[in-house]
Amino acid sequence: MKMTRLAATLAATMIAAGPALADTLHFPSLSYRTGPFAAGGIPFADGYSDYLTLINERDGGIGGVPIRQTECETAYNTERGVECYQSIRGDNPLVLQPLSTGITYQLIPRTMEDGIPMHTMGYGRTSAVNGEVFNWTFNYPANYWDGASVIINYLLSENDGSLEGKKIALLYHNSAYGREPIPTLTNLAERHGYELLTIGVDSPGQEQGSQWLQIRRERPDYVVMWGWGVMNPTAIQEAANIRFPMENFIGVWWSGSQQDVLPVGQGAHGYKALAMHGTGTDYPIYADMQQYVIDTGKYAGTGDEVGTVLYSRGMYAAMLAVEAAKKAQEIHGVAAITPAMMRDGMANLEITEELMAELGLPNFGPAFSVSCNNHGGSGQAMIQQWDANAREWNLITDWIDPDREMIMEMAMEDSLAFAAENNMTPSCMN
Amino acid sequence: MLYREAGDFKTSYVADNQTFPIRFDRIGYYVILGVAFLVVPLFITDYWANSIVVPFLIYTIAALGLNILIGYCGQLSLGTGAFMAVGAYGSYKLMTAFPELNIIFVIILAGFITAGVGVLFGLPSLRIKGFYLAVATLAAQFFLIWLFTRQGWFYNYSPTGMISAPTREVFGYPVTGPRASAVSMYMICLCFLVATAWLARNLTRGSLGRQWMAIRDMDIAAEIIGVNPLMAKLTAFAVSSFFIGISGALLFTVYLGAAEAGEAFGIDKSFLVLFMVIIGGLGSIFGAFAGAAFLIVGPVMLKLLLVNTLGWPTDMAAHLEIMIIGALIIVFLIAEPHGIAALWRTIKEKLRLWPFPY
Repeated sequence: MKMTRLAATLAATMIAAGPALADTLHFPSLSYRTGPFAAGGIPFADGYSDYLTLINERDGGIGGVPIRQTECETAYNTERGVECYQSIRGDNPLVLQPLSTGITYQLIPRTMEDGIPMHTMGYGRTSAVNGEVFNWTFNYPANYWDGASVIINYLLSENDGSLEGKKIALLYHNSAYGREPIPTLTNLAERHGYELLTIGVDSPGQEQGSQWLQIRRERPDYVVMWGWGVMNPTAIQEAANIRFPMENFIGVWWSGSQQDVLPVGQGAHGYKALAMHGTGTDYPIYADMQQYVIDTGKYAGTGDEVGTVLYSRGMYAAMLAVEAAKKAQEIHGVAAITPAMMRDGMANLEITEELMAELGLPNFGPAFSVSCNNHGGSGQAMIQQWDANAREWNLITDWIDPDREMIMEMAMEDSLAFAAENNMTPSCMN
Repeated sequence: MLYREAGDFKTSYVADNQTFPIRFDRIGYYVILGVAFLVVPLFITDYWANSIVVPFLIYTIAALGLNILIGYCGQLSLGTGAFMAVGAYGSYKLMTAFPELNIIFVIILAGFITAGVGVLFGLPSLRIKGFYLAVATLAAQFFLIWLFTRQGWFYNYSPTGMISAPTREVFGYPVTGPRASAVSMYMICLCFLVATAWLARNLTRGSLGRQWMAIRDMDIAAEIIGVNPLMAKLTAFAVSSFFIGISGALLFTVYLGAAEAGEAFGIDKSFLVLFMVIIGGLGSIFGAFAGAAFLIVGPVMLKLLLVNTLGWPTDMAAHLEIMIIGALIIVFLIAEPHGIAALWRTIKEKLRLWPFPY
């Protein structure tokens, strides 16, 4: 007890020593550069940070107000995530991006109470698309249920519109993250007549021997994977070991990055994954990135992740955040926006193809708009395939639409149950 | 000088048997209690409550529980994480099934449920000892976590398998859920900690505690002098699990708010609490406090120092934190193999003689 108090006074002085700077826009990053999921956490955090640095260096901030970045290490651990949240919540964070479904679930009620917007791009709680219940949570442009539906729609198109009698295995990370797509895939199984096999892999996921034995025994036509961190390369390696046809193995967008396939080498050739945005350095923005961030040595991390899939995703997340901040400045006519104004900017965000081209990212992401009652964006995704010879991801489809009607119906049900549990009346916030 | 027994006369058996026979200790104890209950709530901020003090209080309860089992009764257990999960899921099921039930009773009942489960998994201890028992409790760890992640009933069939704590109030103040204030969270954890520490201290001083220690020191000899090993071992498992269950319930309802068995109550939790007990000192109530402080407060302090004050990159700080804590553990165990509690005992011995040691 004595030790705590001593420590408390000690650290209280530490915190008092670093007062918040006025007139900056605070974009915190809840990153994880350590632990079993660091392979995914590092490029995302680098991309996120580099884009914000670019905006500061090239444009002098957003609307003339410089961006202030802070980083807090969560190690993908929910307890540390809560600690990070507590340490930044009083510092006017404009938007939180925890990059962890577990942490998202913990932060949803807290951010609602504290009035801090949270953006969970392609992860988190799917039913947050219902903005009337989840006023402060956004998951545009696509969520897990969209992803599951896009995969099934892609498989439908591959099989002439029918999956009758097919067997699809879902290999999932046994956590809140991996279990998210199960309701959608179960619903779609009823509709399209395929048989769904769910196979869980316990975190972190290096042990998959028995799961692949089961896959070998059950002989599914397709394996869909919801993996993250070390689970991804392990699964692809196991699939290569049992000579599972790689073109029938499809991962979600969190299972489709360079570090997932490179360790497997030639065996990963033909592996497919969802893509929610483009990849590579063939976009005009990289000229500016090179000039303002990389050549000046202001990049985050070691700078060797530029252009990878997850780096692009971090950059995309930062780009959407910056655009939302611009929107908020436009709506409120103030340059130094508050978290509440940022929320309005996010709820009225509109991304068009022209805007993407103007930002130097033509055809990088889908065009979509957010509204007060739909926080989910368009839900579209593409399919990319790994070419082990050229060591690059190739997009093999155009944007595929999910079955949004069914997803919205399910999301309504889930979000209204949440509202009822918490005695909330769903309504738009203005 | 300050810390001495001279002139401190005991005139009754009760006075002679009290927990803190030395006046300085006794005054210190009341001062700490007074500060904890009356002064800290006035100053505590959200960050301090949520990041340091509340987890410290909760893990201390778990360390107290495990200390009873390992430190006092000598039964090695690696199932702490799972027993905390039993407390968490028990409280979740009770909260959702009986929304009217006061959260305090929910937590206590969750403790009793855990005690029952603990006794069940303690049964092998009657036949196996030492490392073999550790392996048997390891089975409990894996089995229970499997149960909580695969059986929908335990998480009310929520699609993600996460459990989340609804808002509950005590005397009109929310203590769980996002609306709970730092003070109310602190107070409920502090009340539970003081109650369990008081219970643990008095149980270990009484006949039950002596039976446990007899079993720990030599079970055959204990049996010969009339200690019933069945009763002693199973009560140790029950009391220990009761404490661990309360701590798990508090961790889930008050601190985390949402949890998932595999992530929040994995094997690393078992080791964390075990390390607290070992570093703090086996068979010591103070040791549970010291161990929890070392392993919960220490890393956060280091992080604040390295990242917030010195401005180092977060990943380097995180790696350094692991290395520094690991090195400190080794240093502590070499300097004092019996833990921080033994260190404290030595300091007290020295203080009694100071400034005239002989």
